[in-house]
Amino acid sequence: MNAPFSDKTKPLLSVRDLSKIFDISGGFLDQLTLKNGRLRREKTTVKALNRVSFDIAPGETFSVVGESGCGKSTLGRTVIGLYPPDGGEVHYGGERIDTLSSRRMLPFRRRMQMVFQDPYASLNPRKRVAAILEEPLRFHHPDMTADEVGDRVKEVMEQVGGDVQWLTRLPHEFSGGQRQRISIARALVVDPEFIVADEPISALDVSIQAQILNLMMDAREQRGLTYMFIAHDLSVVEHISTRVAVMYLGSLCEVADVDRLFADPRHPYTRALLSAIPRLGKKKSDHVRLKGEVPTPINLPTGCVFHGRCLYADERCVREIPELLKQDDGVLAACHGVEEGRL
Amino acid sequence: MSALLQVQDLTVNFALRTGDLTALNGVTFALGEGERLGLVGESGAGKSVAGFAIINLIGKPGYIAGGRVLFQGEEISALPEEAIRRIRGHRISMVFQDPMMTLNPVLTIGTQMVETLQAHRNIGQSEAEAIAVDKLRQVHIPSPEKRLHQYPHEFSGGMRQRIIIAIALLNDPQLIIADEPTTALDVTIQAEIMDLFLELCRQTRMGLILITHDLAVVSETTEKIAVMYAGEIVEEGRTEDVVRRPRHPYTQGLIAALPQGDDQRGTRLNQIPGTMPTLTRIPPGCSFHPRCPHAMDVCSERAPGPLPVAYPDGGGGMAACHLYDPNLGDR
Ligand SMILES: Nc1ncnc2c1ncn2[C@@H]1O[C@H](COP(=O)(O)OP(=O)(O)OP(=O)(O)O)[C@@H](O)[C@H]1O
Ligand SMILES: Nc1ncnc2c1ncn2[C@@H]1O[C@H](COP(=O)(O)OP(=O)(O)OP(=O)(O)O)[C@@H](O)[C@H]1O
Ligand code: SF4
Ligand SMILES: [Mg+2]
Ligand SMILES: [Mg+2]
Repeated sequence: MNAPFSDKTKPLLSVRDLSKIFDISGGFLDQLTLKNGRLRREKTTVKALNRVSFDIAPGETFSVVGESGCGKSTLGRTVIGLYPPDGGEVHYGGERIDTLSSRRMLPFRRRMQMVFQDPYASLNPRKRVAAILEEPLRFHHPDMTADEVGDRVKEVMEQVGGDVQWLTRLPHEFSGGQRQRISIARALVVDPEFIVADEPISALDVSIQAQILNLMMDAREQRGLTYMFIAHDLSVVEHISTRVAVMYLGSLCEVADVDRLFADPRHPYTRALLSAIPRLGKKKSDHVRLKGEVPTPINLPTGCVFHGRCLYADERCVREIPELLKQDDGVLAACHGVEEGRL
Repeated sequence: MSALLQVQDLTVNFALRTGDLTALNGVTFALGEGERLGLVGESGAGKSVAGFAIINLIGKPGYIAGGRVLFQGEEISALPEEAIRRIRGHRISMVFQDPMMTLNPVLTIGTQMVETLQAHRNIGQSEAEAIAVDKLRQVHIPSPEKRLHQYPHEFSGGMRQRIIIAIALLNDPQLIIADEPTTALDVTIQAEIMDLFLELCRQTRMGLILITHDLAVVSETTEKIAVMYAGEIVEEGRTEDVVRRPRHPYTQGLIAALPQGDDQRGTRLNQIPGTMPTLTRIPPGCSFHPRCPHAMDVCSERAPGPLPVAYPDGGGGMAACHLYDPNLGDR
C-alpha cells in the first residue's frame, strides 16, 4: 500500500536529548513533609528518561533492552507521540514531530504503530476482535470497501497465527498469548512503516514466538519495515536485531551493532546483563551478581547512574556523568572506565 | 515427599454460544512439599485455566466439569466458596498473568497490600505496612516506602509484575502458582526473583507451579515439567530429560523453535507447521496429529493415553503419544 521509506542514508527516526519526567506527588496532603520541625511541600518526580539520543535507519531492527523500570516503554510512547517529552526532540522522516498539533500528527499515526506491552490492558474489553481490527483500518483508509477491509483483517489474523473464528469473540475470552497476537495484528493491519513493539512476544510459547519473529523479519525484508523492539529476552534480541541499545535508569549506557554487543560488551551493566541470560539445560549459573540496591529514578544518583552497583566505580564515576562516546569500532558506550581504558 | 497438591482428572469447560469449549481435559499431576513444577505449552493450551481451576476461580461461562483437587490431603475443590477464600491468598497464592486481576486501579498499592494482610491476619496498620515494604524490597522495588503511595498505572510493566509477586508472598503461602511471573522482567531481576522462589521452596517447603513459555527459565528453576497442548498434559518428566531429550513430538517442535545462538542470527526460526486447533474443534485421535511429522494412521483414529517413556539412566517420564506404545511396532 505504501512504498517503503526510500532514502536509506538518512535516519528514519532521530531522537535528540529526550527527557521525560513524571510527577507522582499525589494530592496536596501527600506532598507535605515534616522537615526540622517545619511543614514543607515537596514534589516527588520520576526521572524516567534523561537526555536520550539515537538514530534508527530505515529497515533496521533497533532493540532496546535494560532493567525493568528503566524507561523503555516510556521511550517508546514518547517516540510515537503518546507522551509529550519534557525536553529534547523527535524527528521522523526528516520532520520534527514532537511539536506537531494532533491534526498534523494524524498521517504519522498510521505510519508509526505501537504494540503495547500489556495485552490485557490494551484491548478494549467491550469490542469484538473484528471491530478492534477494522476500526483503525477504516479510519486510516477511508477509501477501502467493506470487502477489502474484511479480507485484509482475515489476512492479518492468519499471519499472526490466529483463527477467523476469533473475530466474533471478546478480548476476555482469550489467553494472554492470544491477546498479544491480536495486538500485533492491530498494529500490522494499517500497513505501517515503523513499529514500536513493546515486549510483543513475551507471552507467547516459543513456536508462536518463532512464527511472529519470522513474520517481522519477512515484513522487514519485503516491505522495508523498521522496528524499535523492546524486549527482555536477549536470545531473541540477539536473533533479530541489527543494533541494540542498552538502557539503565533512564539513560543509554551502550549502543552497538548486534554482533559487537554480544561478542564484546563494553559497559559493565551490559556485561552483567549478558551474563544473566538463562540457557536451556543450564543449572542456575554464575551470573555476574550486581552489588548494592537497585537505585531509584525518584532520586537519581550523582555521576554515572550505574555507579552504586558497578564493580569498577571510582571517585570520578560518583561525581561526573559519563557521556555516550564513540569507540574506535563505532560502539557507543557511556562509561568512564571504558573511556580511560581501565576496563 | 509428602503430597502437597494432587490434581486428579481436572476438566474445565466454557459454555459458549456455539457450544461447550473444553479448555482443560482430564489433567492429572501431583506436587510435593518444596517441589517445583514447570507448566509449559502452546499459547491457549489451558495453563492459566489449570491454575484458576486449582484455586476454584473459574468464572462464568466457565465451570469445572469434572475431577478434584486435594491440598494437604483436603479436597479443596469440594469446599464452599467461603472456605476456599480463606485458603486463597493465604495458604495458596497465585501470581496472575494479568496483573489487574490482583491490582485495583483506584487504590494505592500500599492500601491493597495492607488489606490483603489484614484479611488473613489480625495486625495493625503500621505492622502491615512494614511487612509490605519488606516484601517490596525482596522483589527489588527501589524506594518501597515512597512507592507504597502510588497507583498501579504509575509503575512500569515489570514493576507491576514484581508488586503482584510481593502481594502473592505477603502471607507466606505454602503453595504458589506463578503464571508468567517474569515476562516483563529483565534477566538480572528475573534471576533474582527465581532465586527468591528457590529459597522459599528450600527454606519454607513452599511448593511452586511455574507457568511460563520461557523454557530456559523453567530449565534453570524447576525439577519437573509438564507440557500442555490443547487442554491436556502431553508430556511429563524430570526437567533435564524433557528439555534435553523431549519425547513428545510437540515438545520436540517446541525445543527446535528456540533461537540457536550467534551462528544462526537473522535466519528464519523453526516453527511447528500449522496452528493449535481452536478448542471447539479438536480433531479426533491425538489432538496434535495434523501437525505431527511422525503421525501414523492410528493417530487420527484413537487418542493416545499417557504412556511411560524411559531414559538411558533408568529414569522415566510420561508421553501421551502412540509412538511410545509398545504394541504399535517399531519406534
Ligand atoms: N472466559 C473465557 N471464555 C471463553 N474461552 C476462554 C475463556 N478463558 C479462557 N478461554 C479459552 O480457554 C483456552 C485456554 O486458555 P488459557 O488462558 O488457560 O491458555 P494458556 O495456556 O494460559 O495460554 P497463554 O500461554 O497464551 O496464556 C483458550 O483457548 C481460551 O480461548
Ligand atoms: N504514567 C506514569 N506515571 C508515573 N510514573 C510513571 C508512569 N509511567 C511510567 N512511570 C515511571 O517511569 C519509570 C519508567 O517506566 P517504564 O514503564 O518506561 O519502564 P520500562 O523500562 O518499560 O520497564 P518494564 O521493563 O518493567 O516494562 C518507572 O519508574 C515508572 O514508575
Ligand atoms: S562509568 Fe564507572 S560506574 Fe559507570 S559503569 Fe563505567 S565504571 Fe561503572
Ligand atoms: Mg515497559
Ligand atoms: Mg495464560
